[in-house]
Amino acid sequence: MFIKEGIIASPGIVIAKSLVYEKIQLEVNKNKINDTEAEIVKFQNAVKHSHQQLEAIRIKAISELGEEEGAIFEAHAMVLDDPEFVEGVEAEINNNHLAADYAVKIVTDRFFDIFDQMDDPYFSARAADIKDVGSRVLQNILGIVQADLSQLEEDVIIIADDLTPSDTAQMDKKRVMGFATNIGSRTSHTAIMARSLEIPAVLGLGDITKTVKNGDLMVVNGLTGKVCVNPSDEQLQSYEKEKQKYQDYLKELEALKDLEAITLDGRKVELVGNIGEPNDVAGILKNGGVGVGLYRTEFLYMNSDVMPSEEKQFAAYRSVLEAFPNGPVIIRTLDIGGDKKLPYLPMDDELNPFLGLRAIRLCFKEVGLFKIQLRAILRASVYGQAHIMFPMISSITEVRQAKAILLDCMKELDQEQLPYDKTVKVGVMIEIPSAAIAADIIAKEVDFFSIGTNDLCQYTLAVDRMNQEVSYLYDPFNPAILRLIKQVTATSEKKDNFFTGMCGEMAGDPLAAILLLGLGLYEFSMSALSIPQIKKIIRSVTYEDAKKIADAALNMETGEEIMDFVQKSMKKLNLDI
Amino acid sequence: MVKKEVTVLNATGLHARPASMFVQTAGKFKSKIFVIKEGNSINAKSIMGIMAGGISQGTTIEIQAEGDDEAEAVDALVQLINDKFGE
Repeated sequence: MFIKEGIIASPGIVIAKSLVYEKIQLEVNKNKINDTEAEIVKFQNAVKHSHQQLEAIRIKAISELGEEEGAIFEAHAMVLDDPEFVEGVEAEINNNHLAADYAVKIVTDRFFDIFDQMDDPYFSARAADIKDVGSRVLQNILGIVQADLSQLEEDVIIIADDLTPSDTAQMDKKRVMGFATNIGSRTSHTAIMARSLEIPAVLGLGDITKTVKNGDLMVVNGLTGKVCVNPSDEQLQSYEKEKQKYQDYLKELEALKDLEAITLDGRKVELVGNIGEPNDVAGILKNGGVGVGLYRTEFLYMNSDVMPSEEKQFAAYRSVLEAFPNGPVIIRTLDIGGDKKLPYLPMDDELNPFLGLRAIRLCFKEVGLFKIQLRAILRASVYGQAHIMFPMISSITEVRQAKAILLDCMKELDQEQLPYDKTVKVGVMIEIPSAAIAADIIAKEVDFFSIGTNDLCQYTLAVDRMNQEVSYLYDPFNPAILRLIKQVTATSEKKDNFFTGMCGEMAGDPLAAILLLGLGLYEFSMSALSIPQIKKIIRSVTYEDAKKIADAALNMETGEEIMDFVQKSMKKLNLDI
Repeated sequence: MVKKEVTVLNATGLHARPASMFVQTAGKFKSKIFVIKEGNSINAKSIMGIMAGGISQGTTIEIQAEGDDEAEAVDALVQLINDKFGE
């Protein structure tokens, strides 16, 4: 028995026999060749043969893994046809009298090195493609047939140095239960494949292919990153138990997915997700969120070398809105400045960047840029329930100023006869203490609030949480913060057709959930993975109990006292977190 | 032979999508087409060659074509670059 620790690549626990997938080393002939014509023929036949194999794999990959995986093999076929590859190999044979196999290896390595050295994930993927194609052609020249994983007799865990798209595509997916490899990272092909097949994987184990023998019983724990080879009976029992526990947990969360976030006494709240880009909506849907509570549009700007055009933004916003036909999508306008800068928008260094030219303040200075974004959001608004949210609002004057610019954009679109939702909801982030204190004034101009607890804590408590010397002062449970939250939700309760949400980290904190519910929060926006847990808590309490807990907390003196009280109250309600 | 100099204007240069658009366009013509960058000649029909060429924003390249449709080929590729690949 032994245990090794690697990189967690895909969650879950699996217990099965191991199958060591060791590839035959490809030895090339380095001797000079006289009959170059025969080598050219050998090469051309191998290319032809490779094309046939790739086409078969492509069809299998599309039917088992989807179009995207199939496209990998189209890219492989393109490499096979590439004139620089074909002519490169033929030149090595003709000019340097190399054997076909050696020529293929030299040309493949040359391109691999070029792409591998580029500091860009797109090119790293191309490097992997080239290596995969190169070894396919080499095997065909040398007449080597690698171990066949397409028909397996029993359930196995695949042990390998690393797995290529060619390896994974041909695998018998019904029998492959997990991966454990010598090399690899969370973003490598093996990891991506394991997550899409939903099987556990631990990578980067160093020499697992050398230390495990075919048929060894092993456990791959994708929750802890540990693999256990030939476990004792006792260990096996404990792993079985852990596996069962994880499966129960998954079932429980799965069961919650389509259920409403509603308390035992019928108070409904909304659980939504924070996203940085359109692809993130998949996580929200999977975890049962009903919309987007914070779309951080700055990533659209930060991930681009140039200012993103109105069309590009429109397409991004539209795709998010279309993902939630019945749920709100709160799009926060550009929040840049402070610690976030853009390569194409020069900004002066500031002494106090967090108190300086950032977010809405910057947008007022760069009105042209602001209008492009507002136009894009308005145009997308016809595809769902768009909510526009302005960040860093400190007074009603700024809200009015922002709304005036929004009105300008609406008039422009009217003139251009472009459709938009004329009743689009407009709201503000509550993250500056002045906005929380004067929430009743600001509420007159907007349809919703979203409390940004990260900045609200930072500004209210005057603490930089990145500074380790003072970060202990950063405490969302501080009575002053709870009172500010209460002030905002109380204002919101007095207005019809108005809601208050929260998009800071506190909204996804299980310890804070009851407190926030009791304070009257309606919408909780968090990272998608937190949604099921918060939903479970909301569904296990009554609003009446939550209100009592919140009221008591509001009269306490310190954050520690409040946290301690919440923990004890949750225990009393039989809620473990 | 027809040749023309052109400066790459789009932000990402001949990377990923622009590179494959460029190679696909070149592939539509019968002529032999080459991209000359700093004296190095790259086959315009090779995705690997074009991507490995490191042709970034601001790089000036020469496009050369020789064959029946050489003029059309050069025009089409220059046009693609000047249109910033529709970005």
